[in-house]
Amino acid sequence: MECAGLTALWIVFFVFAQKWSYGRHARNWNQKKAPSSRRTPKEIAMTTFIALLHRDLRVVRRELISFLLRVAVNPLLFTFIFGFVMPRMGIIQHGYTDMLLPGILGLSMTLSSMQAVSLPLVIDFGWSKEIEDRLLAPISIVGVGLEKIVVGVIQAIIAGIVVMPLAWLLMRVHLNLAWTDLVHFALIALLSSWLFAAFGMVVGTVVAPQQISLVFTVLLAPMIFFGCAYYPWATLHVIPWFQYAVLINPLVYANEGFRLALTPGMPHMPAWLVYGALVGFSLFFTWAGLRKFEKRAVD
Amino acid sequence: METTIAVDNLQKTYKPKARKGVEVKALDGISFEVSRGEFFGLLGPNGAGKTTTIGILTTRVVPTGGVAQIEGIDVARDPVAVKRRIGVVPQVNNLDRSLTAKEILLFHAEYFGVPKNEREQHAQDLLNRFELAERADEKVDGFSGGMAQRLKIARALMHDPAILFLDEPTTGLDPQSRRMLWDLLLELNQKGLTILLTTHYMEEADQLCGRAAIIDHGKLLALDSPAQLKRSVPGGYLVELQVRGDVPESFVTPLRTLPGVVEVKSDQDHVRIYADHAEGLLASAMRVASDHNVMITDAHVAEPSLENLFLHLTGRSLRE
Repeated sequence: MECAGLTALWIVFFVFAQKWSYGRHARNWNQKKAPSSRRTPKEIAMTTFIALLHRDLRVVRRELISFLLRVAVNPLLFTFIFGFVMPRMGIIQHGYTDMLLPGILGLSMTLSSMQAVSLPLVIDFGWSKEIEDRLLAPISIVGVGLEKIVVGVIQAIIAGIVVMPLAWLLMRVHLNLAWTDLVHFALIALLSSWLFAAFGMVVGTVVAPQQISLVFTVLLAPMIFFGCAYYPWATLHVIPWFQYAVLINPLVYANEGFRLALTPGMPHMPAWLVYGALVGFSLFFTWAGLRKFEKRAVD
Repeated sequence: METTIAVDNLQKTYKPKARKGVEVKALDGISFEVSRGEFFGLLGPNGAGKTTTIGILTTRVVPTGGVAQIEGIDVARDPVAVKRRIGVVPQVNNLDRSLTAKEILLFHAEYFGVPKNEREQHAQDLLNRFELAERADEKVDGFSGGMAQRLKIARALMHDPAILFLDEPTTGLDPQSRRMLWDLLLELNQKGLTILLTTHYMEEADQLCGRAAIIDHGKLLALDSPAQLKRSVPGGYLVELQVRGDVPESFVTPLRTLPGVVEVKSDQDHVRIYADHAEGLLASAMRVASDHNVMITDAHVAEPSLENLFLHLTGRSLRE
């Protein structure tokens, strides 16, 4: 898990990270030779980035059971009640599960990546200061922040890999996907995970440890309920003001994106809106999160 | 001697966090230089600006004025290059609680790109030398203060830094752990490592540092070797004499006229002579005693302490 399927993903991010981390400092480097190495700053930044990922993935692997429980229990219970029990009771129509599957997957992935980034940061900055050792590693502060986001994305992908087949089996949704849908699926999964990892960085750098439970009730609960996970956005036309109000919620675009990819036959947002919003929110939260991260890391 | 740390007119003002808060001037124009291989101390009470100085030198704090250079590199302009050259032992325990002691060392070295074989070997050597080998595969939650401190130092050494920074390394340690740490640090310094440490223990600066800077309220008050610093306290030397019977006034008066003597106090069978320097003072006092038929039963010369110097420079005690 630590390396196989994700290597390609890493390489993309490394190239990205290097550009961020060394652009500013490259000129000064050659003034004096470093004591123990003859490699270029770019190579060193990349090595450091991989090492930081290695550390985080070691910790994920070590806590895999609790990670899987955290990721899987909630969606499974939801799937069981809404996708299995209630349709049998006749309270919910059988077709509802088709609407539910993309939302369940979207919620699992976005919330995992957000938690993976925000919780450790809240504890690190507010209390344990454990991240200091990594802030002193030979990579820019932005580089350390980007690594955190990448770890969030990786955790979201693991969550998706766990939840997707389980939910699908339980609900027996009929998926008939063309290869274009799969491309959509991969893009939406990556973009939403990145968006919420970056959002998690904003939350993790702004919130104090004692406020963390408040964030879950005041911020996260409304986001989930108004996030179009349990109903398609199009069906909100019955309450027009509400339909437009939920558009400020980035989770809407993630869930609608999964709907677009997995159940293209069901009502969903147009692709341009989904992708536009996901990219826009991702850029904004990445910028805001890294900025705030740098401010918290350096006095 | 080659300069490794150069600090020039360094300033740091913290902006108020709340709207009605006040600006805090943590550093008010500090300058000093440290040569390669030196053991340098920053001495001062809590809030003097020691941690801010170390913070700037280790890239964690951005100065609001002045320049700090590590091996010729401006810390504020190229923090990444500086980070490669320094090892940092912070005041708080920031050890990675998700990892075992050995993993902490290995991952730290991995961040710095130390090759795998090399870091395995180095980690094992440091664990042995720092007496942590037995608990190498445990997480660090249960570690004592002294063990955590040693592990933090070992971690900072994993990438073979040119300079080691320690922020109040022995605060909160029991005397035995402190002594052990001192020996370790002296050994590292003897092997050529440049060390800069902050402390509010006079004794620590005295025992370890080749030179020490005394700072208070963000300003540098004095900078020299501990011995020279102490010598600069007027009346810092104390000669204590115990005599048989009561001290006659006829004995005290001529003592006051001896060269360098600042003050003489007598109390029953005790005489305390405060002087600027101690050379020849005891012999002169003995001569005066034999001239006046006073029998000395005990004599003691006390060197001036940095504690007294601080009191002299700031008018307040170091541990206030």
